[in-house]
Amino acid sequence: MNIELLTLSKVTGIEGEEGNFKVFIKKSPRYVRMDKCIACGACAEKCPSKTPDEYNANLSNRKAIYVPYPQAVPLKYAIDADKCIYFKKGKCKACEKLCPTMAINFDDKEEDIILNVGSVVLTAGFQPFDTSKFDTYQYGKFPNVVTSLEFERILSAGGPAAGHVKRPSDKKVPSKIAWLQCVGSRDLNRCDNEYCSSVCCMYAIKESMIAKEHIGQGFEATIFYMDIRTHGKDFEKYYERAKKEGLRFIRSRVHTIAEADKTGTLKLAYVTDEGEKKEEDFDMVVLSVGMEPADSAVEAARKLDIALDDYKFVKTDSLSPVSTSRPGIYVAGVIQGCKDIPQSVVEASAAACSASISLAPARGSSVKEKVFPTENDVAGQDPRIGVFVCNCGVNIGGIADVPAIAEYARGLPSVAHVQENLFTCSQDTQEKMVELIKEHKLNRIVVAACTPRTHEPLFQETIQNAGLNPYLFEMANIRNQCTWCHSEEKERATDKAKDLVRMAVARVALLEPIPALSVGVNKSTLVLGGGVAGMTSAISLADQGFPVTIVEKSSALGGAAKEVSKTWDGKDVNAFVSGLCAKIENHPDIKVILNSEVVNAAGFVGNFETTIKTVEGTFTVNHGATIIATGGKAAETEEYLYGKNPKVTLWHDIEHDPERLKYANNIVFIQCVGSRDEARPYCSRICCTTSVMQAIFIKEQRPDANVFILYRDMRTYGEKEVLYKRAREKGVVFIRYARDNKPKVTEASDGSLSVEVFDPILQQNLLIKADILNLKTAIEPSINEQIASFYKVPLNEEKFFMEAHAKLRPVDFASDGLYVCGLAHYPKPIDESIEQAMAAAARAATVLSKPSIMVSPLVSQVNAEVCIGCGLCAEVCAFGAIVLEEVGAKGKRAKNIPASCKGCGLCAASCPQKAIDMLHFRHSQLEASICAVA
Amino acid sequence: MVQDKPKGSVMVVGGGITGMQTSLDLADSGFYVYLVEQSPAIGGSMAQLDKTFPTNDCSM
Repeated sequence: MNIELLTLSKVTGIEGEEGNFKVFIKKSPRYVRMDKCIACGACAEKCPSKTPDEYNANLSNRKAIYVPYPQAVPLKYAIDADKCIYFKKGKCKACEKLCPTMAINFDDKEEDIILNVGSVVLTAGFQPFDTSKFDTYQYGKFPNVVTSLEFERILSAGGPAAGHVKRPSDKKVPSKIAWLQCVGSRDLNRCDNEYCSSVCCMYAIKESMIAKEHIGQGFEATIFYMDIRTHGKDFEKYYERAKKEGLRFIRSRVHTIAEADKTGTLKLAYVTDEGEKKEEDFDMVVLSVGMEPADSAVEAARKLDIALDDYKFVKTDSLSPVSTSRPGIYVAGVIQGCKDIPQSVVEASAAACSASISLAPARGSSVKEKVFPTENDVAGQDPRIGVFVCNCGVNIGGIADVPAIAEYARGLPSVAHVQENLFTCSQDTQEKMVELIKEHKLNRIVVAACTPRTHEPLFQETIQNAGLNPYLFEMANIRNQCTWCHSEEKERATDKAKDLVRMAVARVALLEPIPALSVGVNKSTLVLGGGVAGMTSAISLADQGFPVTIVEKSSALGGAAKEVSKTWDGKDVNAFVSGLCAKIENHPDIKVILNSEVVNAAGFVGNFETTIKTVEGTFTVNHGATIIATGGKAAETEEYLYGKNPKVTLWHDIEHDPERLKYANNIVFIQCVGSRDEARPYCSRICCTTSVMQAIFIKEQRPDANVFILYRDMRTYGEKEVLYKRAREKGVVFIRYARDNKPKVTEASDGSLSVEVFDPILQQNLLIKADILNLKTAIEPSINEQIASFYKVPLNEEKFFMEAHAKLRPVDFASDGLYVCGLAHYPKPIDESIEQAMAAAARAATVLSKPSIMVSPLVSQVNAEVCIGCGLCAEVCAFGAIVLEEVGAKGKRAKNIPASCKGCGLCAASCPQKAIDMLHFRHSQLEASICAVA
Repeated sequence: MVQDKPKGSVMVVGGGITGMQTSLDLADSGFYVYLVEQSPAIGGSMAQLDKTFPTNDCSM
């Protein structure tokens, strides 16, 4: 309700400054009235003009009047004027004639809109690299060469091939597909995209794994790559699994694609690691195209007058990663730099946090709240059921006999009124429904129409406007489940619709009004950990006026960042960390408790109670939100003579000993020490970039020194790729080693160190005398088990905290009011920790900004008389919403915490005593529904 | 920080997964959001993806 969608709109200009901008928008005509269109699709069915469907990567056609895809929001048709026959030739208007709601408006005009806003966030995204620029790959010439986005649509059940993978030339099911990586990424020879697109390795593995599932036995997938960059959380395990399942990974750039025969089979020519020339036939080739800033996004950035970098991404600084060159305008997503979905979502929340800080004094000043009439008390009333049967234009009415269904409904028990509608969801019908509910004193409503997934909220609002509790409502989906899937059997579709209506009426008669559930919110936050992530989230909240307490186990703030001197883009980390510490010490809304630890926690969103132990004793803190930022550190190792020979160093030791660096001639870095192995099957994400930076630093100070980096895959993702290139230009030697053939480090009797490593390019062993050996050991999380058990949040196998959803909820836990950021979540560089910390603050603010929060009242209910206290419910609950309470001599009994309950029903399903019932889905209500059809 | 009392509304440009998340977070914490999208519907590039790692959820 507080998000206004302006579709078909572009920014044309901006005036003003932070806190008070005037933005000029041009809104193109839709030619369809949003308030009338009910997305029945009659217009598109008869529209004679076909055009390539952008949504399906142009692999299929759409009409000139269209919705981009079936789940589109808003689900309203639009006319593409460039393709419409009426606009080109002056006649047709087939859509206007067929539209049952008179929604077509050929007189629609372009509109100029002026918005007055306090901040702007640019999230306008990317476009895939245009592969037709490359002649080598023959895209556009050979039909079986497709882009990864096209292949994504080919795989999709909703795509042009309905999920049956077939190659374009002859519709044969391909048995051999090659993916070519870095098309339009890491390439200055044939395009200007020097950077790594960060996502292609992972999506190529995903596409090949899913293709394997679709095609089945005998399918062979091959990925041609330079470095496999699976640096995200759990990505490396997926890569290992892919290898185990037989996906072939060949480290080579394919230099030529030719057609092998007339069927369209392709011949790929490449050179192996061993220098051998090879030719191999494939049924299809998928080009893993990189990402570029979208032209439209670049245009928007220019209109907003914000600075861009050399590649046209919006210019930011790694210590303020979502701020643009213009105060009050923030940026997130791929237009800030190449990144995957989780990182985009994190950045989205971080940008929301920045905007909230600058507009905090105006919070709540522009939002609206919906007001409903007072609810009628239906307690004690006999059910008077209203049934509304929808024709959905011809969608239902064209197949099923709607008058017969309505007549049938009239005969069902407790039904007081039945109404047929052409479109039950149209705006005027809502008003009519309110009148009918009042006129016939209806107290339970059934709508027999489409799916509750899209329409239940609308009808619930309608009955609320008529004074009914929103839960006195039930839908029968007689479109999707009857007329759509039984369109050839009209009578049976009608019969089934009657059954569904009978079931709905039986259930609705037993439904009870359920009052809204709200819980009060304590406005303060507890942050666990005083590193960069913890401090950033604390400041981000306190700057909005929310008080924060930081619990830090050591004697000082700063965390792992104290070791780091510079960010990847050269910013001074020491100064930044000191700045954060100083700000925190002087902030009136932040309290720091050093040398302390959490020893117990209880409560739920808005109302946590945490016990903290310090040297002075234990005490309790009450808080509404909890941010876990317990950090991590470089692991210890016993490999490569670490701890035995003083020349062997870890991580930043090398920066802390400039004297030694001055006289060292040979400096060797070994990557992946304890990462990407059995014990820690994950990539530590930051080690490649750190070594490359250190190598560049050494070469700048001492151009004559020999610097070697021994690595497995160089993972300088995103624009960090530029550093890798600079290091090579400066003469840093990169030698790739395999996991099963690690470098060997030996010590001579005089204490000198030798590193022996197999060089795959020279195809022989190299022996390097090392004056300094630096090991990049794995980044591991702090010990988190206790904290995880106190707050009932999960850890993954590697003991990092596990977020609610890897892609869409990257800082939340499944339980509300708890958030994670920084190294406690996964290894990451400082800029990403800052973003995640700000994101955690933004997510916490969604709770803290309200005096009380509404939670879904559809929760579990325990009957303590029947409960035997076995605890199975508490064990299966993923949200910590059921606790066992001592009830005197009887022992323990289950008790639900409604604020934490998500209404999943797992507890009710698992209870051997049937002592748990779900509100709105009581056993009796479901039984009534089932018995009505049994 | 802003000197005079700022406006309590924000414009988000781009209706992909990033713009949607920014809009939701802002609207859920007391700000009015104008979400500006150049195409007829929000959803962006993610809506075109078939399945996503690691859950193989459909991207809708």
